[in-house]
Amino acid sequence: MTERLFLSGNEAIVYGAIDAGCRFYAGYPITPSSEIMHLMAKELPRVGGVFIQAEDELAAINMIIGASWAGLKSMTATSGPGFSLMQEGIGYAVMTETPLVIVDVMRAGPATGQATKSAQGDLMQARWGRHGDQYLVVIAPMTPQEAYDLIIEAFNIAEAYRVPVVFLMDEFIGHGREIVVRRGADKLVVRRKPSDHEPPFGSKDPRIPPPMPRLGEGHYVLVTGSTHNEWGYRDVHGFETHYKLVTRLKEKIWDNIDKIFKYKVYGDPDARRIIVCFGSTCRPAIDAAERVGGTKVLRLITLWPLNYDKLAEELSGAGKVVVPELNLGQLVYDVAQVYPRSKIRVINKVGGGIPIYPSEIIKVLEA
Amino acid sequence: MAEHFGLKYLRKEVLPTAFCPGCYNGILMNALFQAFMELGIEDLKRFVFVSGIGCSSWIPSPFIKADSLHTLHGRAIPVATGVKLANPELNVIVIGGDGDLASIGGNHLLHAARRNMDLLVIMINNQVYGMTRGQAAPTTPHGMITPTTPYGNPERPMDVASIIAGTNANYVARWCISQYIPLKNSIKDALSRYSRGFRFIEVYAPCVTYVVRREGKTPGEKLKELMKKCIRIETWKNMSREEREKHVATGVFKAEDKPGFIETYNKYIAQALGEK
Ligand SMILES: Cc1ncc(C[n+]2csc(CCOP(=O)(O)OP(=O)(O)O)c2C)c(N)n1
Ligand SMILES: [Mg+2]
Repeated sequence: MTERLFLSGNEAIVYGAIDAGCRFYAGYPITPSSEIMHLMAKELPRVGGVFIQAEDELAAINMIIGASWAGLKSMTATSGPGFSLMQEGIGYAVMTETPLVIVDVMRAGPATGQATKSAQGDLMQARWGRHGDQYLVVIAPMTPQEAYDLIIEAFNIAEAYRVPVVFLMDEFIGHGREIVVRRGADKLVVRRKPSDHEPPFGSKDPRIPPPMPRLGEGHYVLVTGSTHNEWGYRDVHGFETHYKLVTRLKEKIWDNIDKIFKYKVYGDPDARRIIVCFGSTCRPAIDAAERVGGTKVLRLITLWPLNYDKLAEELSGAGKVVVPELNLGQLVYDVAQVYPRSKIRVINKVGGGIPIYPSEIIKVLEA
Repeated sequence: MAEHFGLKYLRKEVLPTAFCPGCYNGILMNALFQAFMELGIEDLKRFVFVSGIGCSSWIPSPFIKADSLHTLHGRAIPVATGVKLANPELNVIVIGGDGDLASIGGNHLLHAARRNMDLLVIMINNQVYGMTRGQAAPTTPHGMITPTTPYGNPERPMDVASIIAGTNANYVARWCISQYIPLKNSIKDALSRYSRGFRFIEVYAPCVTYVVRREGKTPGEKLKELMKKCIRIETWKNMSREEREKHVATGVFKAEDKPGFIETYNKYIAQALGEK
């Protein structure tokens, strides 16, 4: 059943999540993400799901962790300050291999910053916001339609790899309203349950995430955020258990990078002038590239894990590289890993809800 | 010799427990298991235990043979809430320390109680942060010397049971670890007669290592002292202020059987959208 709806990115996320099978939502109000919560409160009960308004974001993230273990696909949505409060819980989800989707509708920070104004300042936090060695997946949509399509993808990745997925969306997309085709999910990843002999926290091949037991089915599962062996027993002293665990949790993501990492090329694929971008800065970039020609746009959909080999390949032979960002420079660090920093032109702008205009990009392209 | 009734609820392979010699957590475990046994609970397949971080939080994880989630410090209640809401058929029990549940997780405790969330929460008030070597907790007595109150605790302790009794919680009780039978019966009640809504049992059991030994007493001597110190709330209410401070009020603070959060939520949705 395909429907054409006029939706904001925030609303599109709700319908996408429901079509992905999300049946539990816990959240705490915060601009510019609250519409997700409002619509979830209304829609989830209609499909037999459960909604709860948590007392704070610490509760919200931990509630969705509990619900996920009880067998429901679960998500929350927030913005900068709330995302900061959720970090410890996200780290716990990484350590316990709990599938979750966390939407961060980005506003200008730090601190309360500008609550209603778009930004891209949480990129590094989404990747590295937790203590310890930990790896998760970060995805960024570019349009409300993609908010719908990619949130389904986010749930599939969360389930397939037993990992929290951060859905990093600019306020411009969250509040931007466009036609969204609600086309339903092509495929949904179904959680694999273990047999009695399969450990819930280990696998021989680190690329294959362990199956996930569901609470209440006699598995007597031990879930802990402390270092544990493949059956969940704590080992807070040994080198081997810890090293093996955190290495596997990393490899589970990075060794599947070919399956997880997605990007898209726009404009002239052979051009030596290249714009690298994600989220809301991509449409002005594509527009600029089309207007002046001779420009390729490399648009990252997956922001983590980032395939640096692919990035290097796409930038090999580049003449000028432009990185527009609604922050003071974060994505540029990735580009600088594969291309000389001195030859990268940056456009940084943040605050006041002002986008990066195509004309500004053109100016840099032609300078 | 017959096997101890508690063993079937334990993961034998991880015994003995990691608790200090004489730790009162063992008495609580015994009471819990006796309550299960007397209720005819054969195994804990349909139970989920959720705990945070601390010695008390180790009771379920890894010792109790059931599904358990050993969560972050202070976050047991929200995780338990998520589990219960996602599968209301499960019996969800939170066990944790006073630091975990009343300090870092205090806000969750208040709000789960206010919501009358369908959970049983057992809080071990050992008067300190046991696991991290006995620092002052919100329950530490006024004047007590601990590593973080080397000149005496300037703060006054929190009466957690009374605070929770002031919310919409259905069932609130406090027992001393020396009051074994009422404690066991209270756990039974909180799983049978009062099986819905928020149920809170505070277990007063001073840390044997960081409170009792600092006082120069053995766990046994302290138990004898507690038998005098812990009195029924009715008696305590009639005491002078000075006398009250020397005693611990115990008993059932509140026992109601109102519909819990889940029933209420489902009722509103059924009213608005028709039966599911
Ligand atoms: C966020 C966070 N802060 C601090 C700690 C360190 N910590 C571990 S246990 C604990 C106190 C536990 O005290 P309590 O909950 O009373 O349990 P007890 O050991 O006394 O049973 C603390 C502060 C932690 N693990 N996480
Ligand atoms: Mg304590």
